[in-house]
Amino acid sequence: MKFIKTTWKNIRRSPYQAFAAIMIMALTFLTISFFTILLLGSSKIINFFESKPQATAFFKSEAKQSDMDGLRASLESSGKIASAKFVSKEEALKIYREQNKNDPLLLDLVTADILPSSLEISTVKIDDLVGVSEILKASPIVQEVIFQKDVVATLTSWTNALRTIGVVLIIVLSLVSVFIMVTIIGIKISQKKEDIEIMKLIGATSWHIRWPFIYEGIFYGIVGAIIGWIVSSAVLLYATPFLSSFLKGISLFPVPLLFFVGLLGLELLLAVILGAVSSFLAVLRYLK
Amino acid sequence: MIKLDKVSKKFGTGVFGLSNISFNVDKGEFVFLVGPSGSGKTTIFRLLIREILPTGGTIVINDWDIVGLPKAKISHLRKKVGVIFQDLKLLMDRTIFENVMLPLEVAEVELEEAKKKVNDVLAQVGLASHKEKFPVQLSGGELQRTAIARALVLSPDIILADEATGNLDMANSWDIIKLLSDINEKGTTIVMATHNLDIIKNLPKRIIEMDKGNIAKDSKLPKEKKDVKIDNSHHSHHYKTPDIQEQKSDTIKEEKK
Repeated sequence: MKFIKTTWKNIRRSPYQAFAAIMIMALTFLTISFFTILLLGSSKIINFFESKPQATAFFKSEAKQSDMDGLRASLESSGKIASAKFVSKEEALKIYREQNKNDPLLLDLVTADILPSSLEISTVKIDDLVGVSEILKASPIVQEVIFQKDVVATLTSWTNALRTIGVVLIIVLSLVSVFIMVTIIGIKISQKKEDIEIMKLIGATSWHIRWPFIYEGIFYGIVGAIIGWIVSSAVLLYATPFLSSFLKGISLFPVPLLFFVGLLGLELLLAVILGAVSSFLAVLRYLK
Repeated sequence: MIKLDKVSKKFGTGVFGLSNISFNVDKGEFVFLVGPSGSGKTTIFRLLIREILPTGGTIVINDWDIVGLPKAKISHLRKKVGVIFQDLKLLMDRTIFENVMLPLEVAEVELEEAKKKVNDVLAQVGLASHKEKFPVQLSGGELQRTAIARALVLSPDIILADEATGNLDMANSWDIIKLLSDINEKGTTIVMATHNLDIIKNLPKRIIEMDKGNIAKDSKLPKEKKDVKIDNSHHSHHYKTPDIQEQKSDTIKEEKK
């Protein structure tokens, strides 16, 4: 309690330095929040596309049911397949009729005989899709393989790029905030040099002198994290109506409360670590 | 209580602060260290609180080997030895109460108990009515009293007073010596450094004279002289002085002989 009182006194005595420390921490945590939201959101979008049938193999009309079942069984036994759904000619016609129910002309021209039966496949990992489609293409009973690899691949590469940029930015900002915090707390230690000398001479232990500075670093981290979290959460909530209409069909919105609570908890933990590490480095550097 | 044995201190500049000095201070004694500036008085104090290490010799306080004291124990030593620094070392942005409270905060004394102790000690040094003031609002004598209160508040076994009457006039100097004498009568061992031999030469106290890092003279008093109390008067000339210099003394020079 005494340490916290001393910490609060230190902060009040140099408000501009405290403001600078809090702002750099807030900026760091705002970036962390945005990239966390962006990465979790994009991975959810990828999951959505991955859960859709990713490849459809259309069988030749002369293909026997036993051969088609055999191909399906051999793919399923590979362990790479998340789902494999056989669509018969009749089911294909049903789907066709449903999709074109408003165009009677198209309905009249098509019968089950001219529609091929097919196999709709989703892989566990998106990377396996190419291998699976190659197997399908090589089969003599398969006429054609259509897959939406390009959409998922583009999304995946975007997400990977975002992840890389996010991680690099977060590391750089965290390092910058640590250096700035070390400097700010270092300045505070230098300003209190005389007080520290007196306290040592009257019997203060090194830790008695260090703790208020370490608490100060943690305080800046926590306040910065809370500000970053509030701003990012507010922006996300504000953008929710627009995003939910843009990403119609993908169950992203409304963002569950648990996500916000989890994000805050994670950021507070990181704030305590960042604040404590920065102030500890400052204490080691300036309190010899 | 305090034992220095063949202690020397050579500073980085090559200057000898102390040259092979030895003396003991018994429990409850009041000893004056006198000598001109640079004679080694402050160096002795700095050694006693392990602010610096000697180049040679041993220093013992209450069975603690100060030279071999682990770093972690230095704070314990400093809580047992109250120091009145030459430059007082008061925190200018804290009130008199807060300055005196500082050693109790450092020692993590419970708040209510600490407040009571600070009030008691401020009353003892006559600063109860000034406790909410800041150091800049006090006179030199009052600042000295604040430093004494801070040194006293943890009830140390020993008080080291470095030039505690340094910049004070005769009346204020006498007040400070009287105050320290009262503290000594309650059992606290006091070692006081001063360059002002005039003010103390007639007091019934032991005087160790320092010169260029050596002990020039150590005037120990016989028991009956030690027990003489200092008059409550505010001026030294009211004191009927025993002539210390005439007492049997055991100087280093005599030891050498």
